[in-house]
Formats: sequence, C-alpha cells, structure tokens
Amino acid sequence: MKPRHKRAFLIVAALVVIGVAALLILNALNSNIALYVTPSEVVAGKAPQGQAFRIGGMVKDGSLRRDGLTVHFVITDLVKDIPVAYTGILPDLFKEGKGAVIQGRLDGNGQFIASEVLAKHDENYMPPEAKHALEQAQKNGSNK
Amino acid sequence: MIPEFGHYALILALCIALIQGILPLIGAHQGRREWLMLARPAAQVVFLLLFIAFVSLAWSFYANDFSVLYVAEHSNSQMPLVYRLGAVWGGHEGSLLLWIFLLSIWTILVAQLSKALDEFMVARVIGVLGLVTSGLLLFVLTTSNPFARLLPAAQDGRSLNPLLQDPGLVFHPPMLYMGYVGFSVAFAFAIASLLSGRLDAAWARWSRPWTTAAWVFLTLGIALGSWWAYYELGWGGWWFWDPVENASFIPWLVGTALLHSLAVTEKRGGFKSWTVLLAITAFSLSLLGTFLVRSGVLTSVHAFATDPKRGIFILIFLSLVVGSSLALYAWRAPKSTMGGKFSLSSRETLILLGNVFLVVSAGSVLLGTLYPLLIDALHLGKISVGPPYFNSVFVPIMIPLLVLMGIGPWANWKNTDLLAIIKRLWIAGVIAIIAGIAIPLIMGEFTWLASIGFLLAFWVITSGCLQLIRQAKVGKPTRSFIGMQFAHLGIAVFVIGVTMVGAYQEEKDVRMLAGETVSVGGYQIQLEGVSSVPGPNYNAMRGTFLLSKNGASPTTLYPEKRSYFSSSMPMTEAAIDAGLTRDIYVSLGEELDDKSWAVRVYYKPFVDWIWGGCLLMALGGIFAISDKRYRMKLKRQAS
Repeated sequence: MKPRHKRAFLIVAALVVIGVAALLILNALNSNIALYVTPSEVVAGKAPQGQAFRIGGMVKDGSLRRDGLTVHFVITDLVKDIPVAYTGILPDLFKEGKGAVIQGRLDGNGQFIASEVLAKHDENYMPPEAKHALEQAQKNGSNK
Repeated sequence: MIPEFGHYALILALCIALIQGILPLIGAHQGRREWLMLARPAAQVVFLLLFIAFVSLAWSFYANDFSVLYVAEHSNSQMPLVYRLGAVWGGHEGSLLLWIFLLSIWTILVAQLSKALDEFMVARVIGVLGLVTSGLLLFVLTTSNPFARLLPAAQDGRSLNPLLQDPGLVFHPPMLYMGYVGFSVAFAFAIASLLSGRLDAAWARWSRPWTTAAWVFLTLGIALGSWWAYYELGWGGWWFWDPVENASFIPWLVGTALLHSLAVTEKRGGFKSWTVLLAITAFSLSLLGTFLVRSGVLTSVHAFATDPKRGIFILIFLSLVVGSSLALYAWRAPKSTMGGKFSLSSRETLILLGNVFLVVSAGSVLLGTLYPLLIDALHLGKISVGPPYFNSVFVPIMIPLLVLMGIGPWANWKNTDLLAIIKRLWIAGVIAIIAGIAIPLIMGEFTWLASIGFLLAFWVITSGCLQLIRQAKVGKPTRSFIGMQFAHLGIAVFVIGVTMVGAYQEEKDVRMLAGETVSVGGYQIQLEGVSSVPGPNYNAMRGTFLLSKNGASPTTLYPEKRSYFSSSMPMTEAAIDAGLTRDIYVSLGEELDDKSWAVRVYYKPFVDWIWGGCLLMALGGIFAISDKRYRMKLKRQAS
C-alpha cells in the first residue's frame, strides 16, 4: 500500500470514530438534558411536558411535612409556589428557607414528583440556579 | 509577622520566577551561556521562597492566627491539628498556593535530575516552567492572596466545611494536584523541543518518565477522590460525572493517550507532532480544570462562593498559554506527521487507533461538561447534562478500546501479521466469551451490558496472561513490560468492579425502628438503637447495626449523623463493612416521627475492585518509570 493511501485510510478511520461518537453524543444530548425552569414558569405552563426537568428555588418555610419516607414540601421563587413530593433520604443540607435544586416531573395535579434532590456541600453556598429563579421572579414582580 | 513573611516570600518568588522564565529562554535563543546558567539557581530560589510561603501559611493554621482572613475562614481552634494543617489547602487561596508549590517541586526535580541533558534543553524547560509559575503567582498575588489580614482579628475561626474534616482531605488534593501540575513538565519539554527544533527520540525518552510520573499521581488522586466521595458523601456512589470530576478525568484520558503516543515517538520516532499536540493539550486541560474548579462557573461539590475577577484572570491566562503554544506549534511542528514508516497492520496503527478513541472520549466528556455553560452563555436557557449522557456516550467508546488493549501488545512495530495474532489469541477470545456468559448467570441475572463488561475484562486479562507466558519463554521481562501488564490488568480489574456494581448492586432507603431488620444482598441488617455520642468538635447520633448472613455471628456497624458546633450543617458518616467481593454500606438519614430513622442500606458487590484497579494502574506506572533504560541512557550521556 502506498503511504498516501495509508494516510488516507488512517484519516478515514479516525473520521469514522469521530462520526460515530458525534452521533452517540447528539443522541444522548437529546434525551438526557434537563432544562432549568423557575417556579413562576411552571405555573405559567412553560414547563416541558412529559420530560424530566429541574426547578431551582427556595424551600418554603414551614412547608416541610413527612409521611413515612415520603417528604412533602413547597419550592418557591417567593412569587409562585410548587408543591413537591419526594420519596427517599434528603441530602444533609436540605433545609427550610434554603436554596435547593430538584429534578423530576409534574403529575396531573400540578404536584412535582421529584426523583432527585440535589445536595450542595457548603452551607453558605447558594445554587446559582436557585438564585437565578429568585432574581427572575423579583424582576418580573417589579415590572408589573 | 509570619504571614507578612510568607507574603513577602511570594512577591520575591514572582520576581525570581520571572527571571527564571525570561532570561534562560532568551539565553538559549541567542546562545548566551551566562543567561542559560541562571535557570537552575533561579528554580532553586523560587522553590525555597515558595517553601517559606507555604510553611508560613501552615504555621498560621498551626498557631490559630485568626487575624489571617484565610485561616479565620477555614479553621477553628477546636479542630484537630491534622485537619487544621489539611485546611491549608481546604479553600481557594491555599489550594492555589499548593498548586504553585507543587509546580516548584516538579521544577526543582527536573533541574536536579537532568544533569545529563543538554544545557540548552534544560534551560528552555526550566524557563517554560518559570513562565507558568509566574503567571500563577501573579494570579495568587492579585486576586487570591492567602495572607490577607483580617483586622481586627476574629475571636475564633469559622471552621472548615465538615465534609472536608476527613483524612481524605490530607491526601486527595496534593495527589491530584501533583498529577495536574506534573503535566506541566511534559508541556515544558514539548515547548522546549518546538523552540529548539529538536523533536527526536531522545526528547521522547526524556519526557516519558516525567509524563508517566504525573499520570501515576493523577490516577491515584482521582481514585482517592472517588473513594472519598464514596464513603463520605453518604450516597454510596463512586463517580457522579460531576463537572469537577470530569475536569480531572479529561486530562487523565489525554494523558493516557500521551503515554502511548510517547512510546511510539521514543521507539520509532513517529507521531512527533501528534505527541507534542497531546502534551500541550493535556496541560491546557489541566489548566482548564483549575479554571472550572476555581472560577465557580460550574455547579458542583467543589464549587466555592467566588469572585468573577478570578475566573477572568484564569481564562486570560489559559488563552495565553493555549494560544501561544498552539501558535508556536503551527509554526514549528514538523511537517511530516507519520515519522518512521509502518504498515497498516502494526503496533503503530493500533496505538494510533487507541489514541483516537481516548481523545474522542475525552472530547465527549469535555463537551458534556461545557455544554450547559455554552447554552447559558448563548442565553438559550439553563440546562444540566446528567450522568445518563456520559454513560451512554462514554461506555460505547470504551468497548473498542478494550478490544484493542488485548491485541495491541501482541503487534510488532512497523509490520505485523494480524492473522498470526488472531491464531494466538483465539483461546483468550473463547475464555472471554465463556466468562461473559457464565458470570452473569452465576450472579443470577443476565444483562447484555454486564455480559460485555465481563467479556472485555477477561479478554484483557487472558491476553495479558498469554503475553506473560510468551515473554517467559523469551527471557526476563523488562520493567516497562511488567508495568504495562500491571496497568492493563488494572483496567480489567476496574472494569470488573464497575460492571459488578452497575449490574448487581442493591440500594434500599427504608424506615427502621430499633429492633427491626432489613435484608439486602443476602445479608440481614438489624438496627439495635441510636444514641448520642460526643466528638472533639461535634455531637453525633450514632446508630448501632448488626450485620449478619444466615445466622452467622454478626458484625457491628456504627454509622453517624454529626452536627458540628461551628456549623448548622449536619454530616452523614456512613459505616462500611468492606470485603473483597462486596461492601455493605449503611448510612443514617434523619430521625422521623415516632423514633424511627430513615436508613440507607447498600449492597455493593466488588466495589473495592474499582479502586484496586486504579492502584494496579499506578503501580504499573511506577514499574515503567523504574525501567533500567532511562537510567542507563542517563549514565551513557553523562560519561
């Protein structure tokens, strides 16, 4: 085989690998991305239907209620509230009045069924997405 | 006084590092010997100054000097001494100081161990390292001074995040940084060779052990971090595809590609430009990793509340390093990319193919990590890319790579008879297929993913055994050969661990009253009770669990829920009964009403093989570095 052909073959092989990887990536990105939505947007019906998404916000004071292993609480951007249900053990830093990010989907009754409650590992740290939700809500509130 | 001393040492170090970075490079360019000779002494002085700075900061922690802002924020007089010292790198400023201090250690090692190397090359390598040191020192001094005072001094410190008060803190960051920073040596060698135009086998032989050393540290650092997260975070996972984990894993993948590509350059003089490009990329990705971790642009376990100035500085530094080295590369890289001649069926081709897989997988992880940033920057909304993305992209790319791993070591350089290799390897294929079918059936549930995992692991293992048998017939194996065997075996062991945990772990979140029993993976776990136990700077609720199997005498496990005095944040300390074939993992959730507790119980088969595999890989690296030929060549050149 001539060196030129050899090089062409190697380049084609590399391109095939990269192409297949790109296909895998596009496919995976399509089905595995979770959008961040603020509580106000959920109430406005802007949440994706039939797909998991994430909500950032504050855990409303006094809303935490336990029912065996299932926890009910309300996540809020201080303008709109979304009731949430989660079964399992909450991360250490989950607290009323603190920021949180949750992932899951809406059920038929407007309740958010969380599959994951995200842990933050520093008590002084506010998840940027939760902060973003509060800021958005405040901005919209002052515009009205 | 001592903190000012440290601060002063840092400023002096910057001045000397600038000399170390500029004069030897100019000297090498213009052939001024007296400027060249400055490289080593300058590097020694920078090391000494950084050592003084580092010790000053450590002393401030030791002496509980809460008039130093960084100490007040990360320590507390009640904290045990070992964590006070670990807290030196427990926050942003100190961990950057550690970064630079380790860089100066690498530099001084290069300076001391390169006596046999040509003076021009040494001067250039040390010069490039000096420039990197200066850039980072400038960063520390302008945006993240660890010696900044807090006046009036605080009564007591705010204490370290309880998560970090663990032996893991003492080992994980230095190991990881040693690896990150170590790639700067490979980078400096690459840049020096581009500057001198001397890109040859000797250059590859020089940079190879350094690259391997950095890779060993990075492997251990990542493994330690993974193990720490497993037992400390209380959710029992070993890898979360967290952006910061990815930031360390991407350089590892590229570094692994670099190791293999350096082998071709050393043995056959091939792939020169590719190797140089990988060296530049590995270090750039290490810097990018630092940027991602330190700038706070990514939401992760490691995110600190941050100052945007810092992110911008690192971003500018990063683009300077990447931009200038790529420009230099475009200008000076050898035009012939293939080097020595080789046929399509040869070890070169197989290594190149493996390299492509490694680099593509690194690219896919990088893409998934940066994608949310990209989308946010374009104002297309906020998104997160979760573990399913990484699993569904990364795992398929690894499959052909593992197949290659069984074949590659059999191939000869230049030209090889693939058919002859297949004839030799058919037995390995048969054993692998049997393992791929039998093990899932023994474990009680057949899944394709598990089957493929075992098949590939046994393919690599049996291929390795056959190589050992062949080698034994020829003669005594070299240390390099043993190193490769260990490293590849490590990958196989790792794959077995991952496959077992992925397919056969059991996880249960349950509600338990004292006296109740839950069973998992054939084990019975009984809650005896929960009681309050005091610790040095915390109070713990300690659960007592009895673990037994089929009525055998039970083992006692004590998971804790701690509340630290200095923080309102509770901490989960899991209890793990570790074993060669399985871990039982128990952690306390929270107290529910009526005195019952939420309890998390895991059965993790073969989970320790994951870190065992990493240890084997690192051991392989150590063997490879200790190969005689590096030292023999050294002596020959010296004489």
